Amino acid sequence: MKRYSAFAIAREALRGHIGWERAWRSPEPKAQYDVVIVGAGGHGLATAYYLGKNFGITNVAVLEKGWLGGGNTGRNTTIIRSNYLQDPSAAIYEKARSLYETLSQELNYNIMFSPRGVLMLAQTEHEVRGYRRTAHANSLQGVKTEFVSPDRVKELCPIISLEGPRYPVLGALWQARAGTARHDAVAWGYARACSDMGMDIIQKCEVTGIRTEGGKVSGVTTTRGDIGCGKLGIVVAGHSGVVAEMAGFRLPIESVALQALVSEPIKPCMDVVVMANTVHGYMSQSDKGEMVIGGGADGFNNYTQRGSFHHVEETVRALVETFPIISRLKMLRQWGGIVDMTGDRSPIISKTPVENCFINCGWGTGGFKAIPGSGWAMAELMAKGASPLADGFEMHRFREGRFVDESVAAGVAH
Amino acid sequence: MLILRCPNCGIDADETELAPGGEAHLRRVGPEASDDAFEGYLFHRENPRGVHFERWRHAAGCGKWFHAARCTQTLEVFGTYSAQVTDPPQDIRDAITARRPGWRWRDIE
Repeated sequence: MKRYSAFAIAREALRGHIGWERAWRSPEPKAQYDVVIVGAGGHGLATAYYLGKNFGITNVAVLEKGWLGGGNTGRNTTIIRSNYLQDPSAAIYEKARSLYETLSQELNYNIMFSPRGVLMLAQTEHEVRGYRRTAHANSLQGVKTEFVSPDRVKELCPIISLEGPRYPVLGALWQARAGTARHDAVAWGYARACSDMGMDIIQKCEVTGIRTEGGKVSGVTTTRGDIGCGKLGIVVAGHSGVVAEMAGFRLPIESVALQALVSEPIKPCMDVVVMANTVHGYMSQSDKGEMVIGGGADGFNNYTQRGSFHHVEETVRALVETFPIISRLKMLRQWGGIVDMTGDRSPIISKTPVENCFINCGWGTGGFKAIPGSGWAMAELMAKGASPLADGFEMHRFREGRFVDESVAAGVAH
Repeated sequence: MLILRCPNCGIDADETELAPGGEAHLRRVGPEASDDAFEGYLFHRENPRGVHFERWRHAAGCGKWFHAARCTQTLEVFGTYSAQVTDPPQDIRDAITARRPGWRWRDIE
């Protein structure tokens, strides 16, 4: 792999850009791999990357039914933060956030990580108490957050209106080292690094069945032929239930549409991420100047990657109250992704009833921020059979009543 | 925008009038049920890509519950029917069969 550098840019500029090579190979699938990962989104590629980097397992194929990073990895609002209430959540999201900090250097690929800080607005007394509690929990967990006053909120984000008619800003949970990153670049950077380690990334290859022998996984059938494997990792987000059914087990997951939208680009006016959970809206400004806006998920099962218009309307209506400046903005694009929601709004990183078959899913509305940590934990689980970061996220926790209950802690948009 | 005809009041209600109520025809397991059955009852919701049966409430209308048969892959609505039944009625099943031959949902086909 040729490294990207300022020198490489200068060299290619002088010779007509003939020396750039493809970032990753597109090989034909082999008949057998040690590990097959289903799903070449951020989580799947990160799993493959850390399998190679941390455990030296490089005879790996990553299968993708569409194109690389074309699912939720390319559809989120790119927020990275780790201010969670429960210990297992804080551990894995903080691991992810800290890996994000150096990921550009590690992958030699600019993922544009921007630690601009995230404000989670407290707009009811209940939220004030909740976020104060989260701030205390975070300090015990080693996650640096603080509860800040409305004046400080105004200082950090001058375009905010503190005296909203319905929901005045009473304070906020502030995580200075949280931020955003370029979501496509995360997938592309991992893919390039995986390909460089000799892994095969196979796009337009849909898994149609999972073969087992004596309760053990032996391979997958795909639209590009049968592929054998020693271990199988299912990392397919919204379609987890569909793939799990192929393997013969069920998941406590429902798939719903979550939408996001961006406005026309405007001059820089907001250099933090603001989340307003009471009114279901969050917003940040991209490097291009677009206001990136996300809202609540639909309440019914849906696989269409289209959401309901009225959710967009609700989100924008709520945000206009908090940010009067955006009231005349035109919206450019709107899209939806299929998110896999668990009952406690926490992920599943787990062994499954099928031996040597592992699953990483249930990230729901907040998977992008977790990509490096999720891949790290999943790789360790697949290589060694256990991972401290995945402890608590087993799929059997529902049966045993050991929830990692972020739905109570965050309610929405987490 | 999803539009469902409320079988209680006959109005074509759009999504903003409706409240989703999750999977239809759940059967509560008894006290003698196994842990597996109880886990299934509590957490393992049907999540098909295709034919699905749901409960809905006409929240900003007549306020009553009803059932809907819908496709989660295309958002096509096959029909709505009374909340007072424990299985989809035959006319709804026929409507689905006409559009999705060979469909199956739980043990219903």
